[in-house]
Amino acid sequence: MAKQLIKGNEAIVKGAILAGCRFYFGYPITPASEIAEAAAFYLPVVGGTFIQAESESAAINMLYGAASGGVRAMTASSSPGMSLKQEGISYAAGSELPMVIVDVMRGGPGLGNIAPAQADYNQMVKGGGHGGYKMVVLAPNSAQEMCDLTMLAFDVADKYRNPAVILADGFVGQMMEPVEFPEPVMELPKKEWAIQADAQDEFRLVSSIDLEPEELEKHNVHLQQKYAAMEANHVMFEDYQTEDAELVVIGYGVVSRILHSVVDELRGKGVKIGLMRPISLWPFPKNHIIELAARIKRFFVVELSDGQMVDDVRLAVNGKIPVQFYGRYGGVVPSPDEIIAQIMKKNEA
Amino acid sequence: MANALIKADSFYELYERKSGIQDVTHYCPGCGHGVLHKLIAEAIDDFGIRERTILISPVGCSVFAYYYFRVGNIQAAHGRAPAVSTGIKRVHPESIVISYQGDGDLAAIGGNHIIQAANRGENITVFFVNNAIYGMTGGQMAPTTLAGQKTTTSPYGRNVNSEGYPLKVCELLSSLEAPVYIERVALTDPKNTTKVRRAVRKALQNQIDNKGFSLVEVLSVCPSNWKMTPVQSKQWLVDNMIPQFPLGVFRDKTAEIPNRETIRNTFDQSGVREKLEIPANEKQVQYSLQPKMDFANPKLVIAGFGGQGVLILGLGIAQAAMQAGYNVSWLPSYGPEMRGGTANCNVNISRERVGSPLVTKPTVLIAMNLPSLEKFDSKVEANGLIIYDTSLINKQPTRQDVHVLGIPATQMADELGNTRIANMVILGAFIAYTAVLNKEVVFDALPNFIKRKNLLPLNESAIIRGMEYVLNKVTN
Ligand SMILES: Cc1ncc(C[n+]2csc(CCOP(=O)(O)OP(=O)(O)O)c2C)c(N)n1
Ligand code: SF4
Ligand SMILES: [Mg+2]
Repeated sequence: MAKQLIKGNEAIVKGAILAGCRFYFGYPITPASEIAEAAAFYLPVVGGTFIQAESESAAINMLYGAASGGVRAMTASSSPGMSLKQEGISYAAGSELPMVIVDVMRGGPGLGNIAPAQADYNQMVKGGGHGGYKMVVLAPNSAQEMCDLTMLAFDVADKYRNPAVILADGFVGQMMEPVEFPEPVMELPKKEWAIQADAQDEFRLVSSIDLEPEELEKHNVHLQQKYAAMEANHVMFEDYQTEDAELVVIGYGVVSRILHSVVDELRGKGVKIGLMRPISLWPFPKNHIIELAARIKRFFVVELSDGQMVDDVRLAVNGKIPVQFYGRYGGVVPSPDEIIAQIMKKNEA
Repeated sequence: MANALIKADSFYELYERKSGIQDVTHYCPGCGHGVLHKLIAEAIDDFGIRERTILISPVGCSVFAYYYFRVGNIQAAHGRAPAVSTGIKRVHPESIVISYQGDGDLAAIGGNHIIQAANRGENITVFFVNNAIYGMTGGQMAPTTLAGQKTTTSPYGRNVNSEGYPLKVCELLSSLEAPVYIERVALTDPKNTTKVRRAVRKALQNQIDNKGFSLVEVLSVCPSNWKMTPVQSKQWLVDNMIPQFPLGVFRDKTAEIPNRETIRNTFDQSGVREKLEIPANEKQVQYSLQPKMDFANPKLVIAGFGGQGVLILGLGIAQAAMQAGYNVSWLPSYGPEMRGGTANCNVNISRERVGSPLVTKPTVLIAMNLPSLEKFDSKVEANGLIIYDTSLINKQPTRQDVHVLGIPATQMADELGNTRIANMVILGAFIAYTAVLNKEVVFDALPNFIKRKNLLPLNESAIIRGMEYVLNKVTN
C-alpha cells in the first residue's frame, strides 16, 4: 500500500476520519494544534463538523453533547488544556459516553513549555478528574501508531461506552513518518442508548447524577465491571530483544524510540539488554512485567517526567528485582548516549 | 382554563426517574421552575416537536428537569449546558435543543459558554431562570443577586463595591450580532405569565424555523431561599427585581431572518481516502541506489535561518528516501526556537527500523548559516559529512575526521534567479556526494513536497546544479 509521509498529529485526524469520526471540538495549543488544523481542513470535506471551542472546557462539553448523540467524535489538546478537560472527562465516564481524547504532552507544570514531556501520565492514566474512573490510555510511538491507535481508540470507546485516550508527546505529534493508512470503517456500531431526536428518546437519558448512594454504588459497580473487562482485553505492549535479556529498559512514546537505539547500541557491545514498551498505559502490562521480572536481573525505566509510570512498574515487580529510573523533565529529551551512561552507572552502583 | 389540570403530553405520566413520591415534582411550593416547565411542555405539545426535542438539564434546582420532560434528556456539568447543547445540536440539526439554566449556572460558572454560544448563533433555545440566588446549594449569592440583598454568602447584603452589580444577561448578550431573539419576562401575575408563554413559544418557533439563537430570561421566585411565602415572593420580585431587571424585548430579528431548511447529517465513507488526500496505491518503483560506504543509514541534521527552507529540504530528503523504500523520520524544531529565526530538522534514513527520531550524533550535517555550523560541527560522527553554504559561511569546519563539502549554494541559487532555491542546490549536492538517493527518485518525489507546481522546473534545475557542482569537484 502507498505510504504517506505525514505528521503524527495529522495522522491522528486521518485515522479518526477513516474510523468514522465526523465531529471535532478543540482549542489551539502547541504541540497539538496541527490536530485541530487538520480537523478543520478535512472534516468539512467529508461532511463533518469542526468547532473551535472557546476553551478546552467548552470543547470537552461539546464533545459530551455530540457523543450523547451517538456519533464518533473527538477532541485533542496538550497538557494545560487537559487540565481544563478533566471535569468533562469525569462526567463522560460517569455518563458512559464513548469519545476519543488526545493529549500531546508538553513540559510542565503550569504553562511550562512546548517541548515534549510525559508528565501527564498520572493525570490521564490514574483519572485526573474526580470520582474514580478508568479509561483505556494508548501511547503511540510513531506516526503510523498515531493513526492506528486512534482508530482502535474509537472501537474501544464504543465497545465499552467509555472515553478512550491517546497519550502522545510533542515529538510523536510533530515528527513526520511514512504512514500506511488502513481502509475506512464503512459501518459504525449501532448505539441504541444514544439520544437520536426520535420517538425512543423519552426512554433515553445521558446523566451522571444519582442522589441515592445505594443506586450510585450500583452504577459504580457496573463501571468497575466494565473496567475489569477492559483490563482483561486491552493490554498492549511490544518487546524488543527481551528473549535472552538480563536487563530490560521500559519506556513509552518517543522514549521507547530512543531506548530502541540504546538497545541496538548496547547489543552491539554484547550487553544482554532488551526493551519493553507499554502501548496501553492503562490497562498496564503488569502481568508481562511480572513474567519478565522472573527471568531478568533488573529493569531500567526512562520517562520524560519525574517518574510516574515507574510507580506502576514497581507495583508489578513488587520488590522482586531492582527497578531503576532515569527521568528528564521540563521538555528535555535525553540522547541514547546519555541513557547508556546512566544504565552503566547504575550497574556499578 | 379546563385543560390547566391536564398534564402536558410532554411530561412523563409518572416521574419514574425520581425516588419517593412520583407524581409530584421535587420543586418547592410556589417555585418558578415548575411553572416554567409547564409552559415549555405545553409549547412542545402544541408544536408537535416532543419526539425531536432534547433537553439539557443544568446543575441547579432544575438538575432534575429530566425527571419530568418526556423528551431526549442530557444532564450537563455546571454551566456547560450551552456547550453540550452545541455538541448535540450539531450532531442532530433536526432536533430541538433546549438549554435550561439557572443564574449561577448561566451567568457565573458558564458565563463564557453562553456568550460564545450566542455569538456563534447556535440554533438553540435557552431558558434562563433568574431567581437572584443559588437555589440548589441553599441560598448563596448569585451574579444576579440584587445590591444589598442578603444571602448566605452575602450575609451583610451584596456590597456593590466589592461584589459588583447584578449581571444583566439580556443587555449583555444583546450587544452581540448573532442572537435572533432575546427577551426578559417575569413569572408573576397572569398578565406577565401570558408574556412568558408567548416568549417561550417564540423562542422555540425560531429554532424550528432554523433562525438561530434565542434566549428568554425568566425572572422567577425562590420562596425557600428568599425565606418568604410564595405570595410575598412574587411581590418582592415585582418590587425589587423588575426595577433592576427591566422586562422587555432586547433583540428581535425574527422577522428579518428567513426560515432555513434543516440539513440532516448523513454518514458516508465513500471516497474518503481521496478526500483525505491519501495517495492511491501505486506499484513501488525500484530505484538502483548504491550509497557510499559511510552513508549507509544516514542521520541528518539540517540547520539554518528560518526562511532558508531547511525544513523543506529535510522533508524533501525524507520524502524521496521513503519513495526509495527506506524507513525515514523527519523531526522539526518547533515553537519558540523557530521564532528566534533559526530552524533545524532531524532526518533519519535507514534500511533498519528507525529508533530515535532525534538525531544527536548526525552522520550528515547540512549547515546553511554560521551559527548552525558552530552549533552542530562538533556533534558530527567520525567519517560523517558536513555540507555547508560557502556563500554565507566564511569559516571552515574545524573537524579533520569528517568529509567536508563546501558549496556556494546561495550564490548558485541567485544565479538561477531565486535565492530561496539554495536548499535545492544543496539537495543536489547531498545526493551526488552520498548516493543515498539519486536524481530519479528525487524528481519523482519533488511534486510531493513542492506544492507550487510552477516552481518544479526551477527546483529541478537547482538540484541538477548542485549535483554537477559535486561531480565537477570530484573529477577535477
Ligand atoms: C463545578 C461545580 N461547582 C459547584 C457546584 C455546586 N452547585 C450546585 S447548584 C449550584 C448553584 C446553582 O444555582 P443556579 O444556577 O442559580 O440554579 P438554581 O438552583 O437557583 O435554580 C452550585 C454552585 C457544582 N455542582 N459543580
Ligand atoms: S430552592 Fe428555590 S429555586 Fe430551588 S426549588 Fe426551591 S424555590 Fe425553587
Ligand atoms: Mg438561581
